[in-house]
Amino acid sequence: MNEPLVLGIESSCDETGVGIVRGTTLLANVIASSMDQHAVFGGVVPEIAARAHLEALRGTLSAAVTEANIRIDDLDAIAVAAGPGLAGALMVGVGAAKALAVSLGKPLYGVNHLVGHVGADVLREDGGEIELPTVALLVSGGHTSLLLVRDLVTDVVLLGETIDDAAGEAFDKVARLLKLPYPGGPHIDRVAIDGDPNAIRFPRGLTLPKDLVNHRYDFSFSGLKTAVARYVETADAVSIPDVAASFRESVADVLTRKAVDACREHGVTRLLLGGGVAANARIRALAAERCAENGIELRVPPLALCTDNGAMIAALGAHLVARGVAPSSLDFPVDSTLPVDTVRV
Amino acid sequence: MILAIDTSLGTSVAVVGGDIVTESATLDTRSHAEHIGEFIDRVITDSGLTPADVTTVVVGIGPGPFTGLRVGIAAGVAFAFGQGIPVLGISSHDAVAVGVDACTVVTDVRRRELAWTSYRNGVVVAGPGLTTEATLASDVDLTEFPEVRAGTISAAMLAAAAQQRIDRGDDLSSVAPLYLRAPDATPSNGPKRVSG
Repeated sequence: MNEPLVLGIESSCDETGVGIVRGTTLLANVIASSMDQHAVFGGVVPEIAARAHLEALRGTLSAAVTEANIRIDDLDAIAVAAGPGLAGALMVGVGAAKALAVSLGKPLYGVNHLVGHVGADVLREDGGEIELPTVALLVSGGHTSLLLVRDLVTDVVLLGETIDDAAGEAFDKVARLLKLPYPGGPHIDRVAIDGDPNAIRFPRGLTLPKDLVNHRYDFSFSGLKTAVARYVETADAVSIPDVAASFRESVADVLTRKAVDACREHGVTRLLLGGGVAANARIRALAAERCAENGIELRVPPLALCTDNGAMIAALGAHLVARGVAPSSLDFPVDSTLPVDTVRV
Repeated sequence: MILAIDTSLGTSVAVVGGDIVTESATLDTRSHAEHIGEFIDRVITDSGLTPADVTTVVVGIGPGPFTGLRVGIAAGVAFAFGQGIPVLGISSHDAVAVGVDACTVVTDVRRRELAWTSYRNGVVVAGPGLTTEATLASDVDLTEFPEVRAGTISAAMLAAAAQQRIDRGDDLSSVAPLYLRAPDATPSNGPKRVSG
């Protein structure tokens, strides 16, 4: 089965996503987000996210099937994000996916959300196969992970990840310090345009030689956030554009430096960006610049496939079906800390 | 043929219709997402049926601990979507009140709270509401509506309760959970100071 028709469900954080693919062809990608409901809290509230998933479930399923213009009986398999993510949120998608699979008599694949972000790259418009090996830098409000992917099914290695805040979380927290709205990323991007990225030298987390010994490809943004807070509280005159630009520069610098270093050390000539923070203009620009300097091909899927979505889950599911990987058993649990080397639970 | 699902306490799934009553259940209150798929598959298969034989899905909409409760409702919605059939929601307490003249159904919703609903002949007369062990007797008229403490909800009884309510002409189209509690979150008061 080279072109399996797969429906994918994603509910690991605040986006309810249902996507449908045929092999590597995107047929539908419907997303309902509860982001606005979290704004007043300054971050994702798990219980609010889980409630919103259940409310959005029927509508997103229905819209995806309509958009794809398929008969659901024609599906070859159902795929669902089994983790990592918020347990209560994941359970809504997993409960639905299991029942849908039984209802339709189709095999079910519980898949890794983070590997799904890598799988999104197969949905490229030119329809080509995913090119491996690649290093993948996945950056969102919940994750900051650097992966080395030699094979989407059998060889995904976690090179490093954040040891405290996710990069997107740091953007949200710094935005609050600067009295900018949630989510912080786009707003910091907006005000940073008028700022000087070199105005303030904020720390670059885990880049000192002593840190690199144990945390070569790990990230830390908690100290950066505190440094920004201290600066904002103590500086005589605070230029919000300069703070935003300088903070963003620190994040972009560390992320792209470590990602490019990983490519060089492992002799890999591809870097894939994924996750919502891949929308950040400076991170994209600096990644492009540094990749070009080092002869690395930079791939950034369209934004709707970078943020959490069901299409990437469906794409990974379709890849597993095409490779002849057996489906999951029906009794798998959600795993909020599912490791990246478990591609299918 | 009704497929009934309740995950407000443990996980209970049943197929009910004609001569068939097949139920699969566990008391485990922390493994709804693990069991739900197998239980649905099992009750249909063990009844000698296929998913296409199910004509209506009924889900218990609580009250109950939220995380597990949502698993059953999500499953019911998705199963019905797959078959293009209706999904109906009724209170999980309705399943306990079936065939009882007057009662107050009481269940544990964690955090040292109890959920209660008072019924006369299967019809809600008060509640659903939240209370505690200490305040149950003062909050609720347990004399006229004696307490029935339920540690499990039977999906087969849920199907029976749903059938009675369908026959009465009740609108059961909402499957929104009976949360009875707002999400546990308070808006931020702004960032904490980090400098002395």
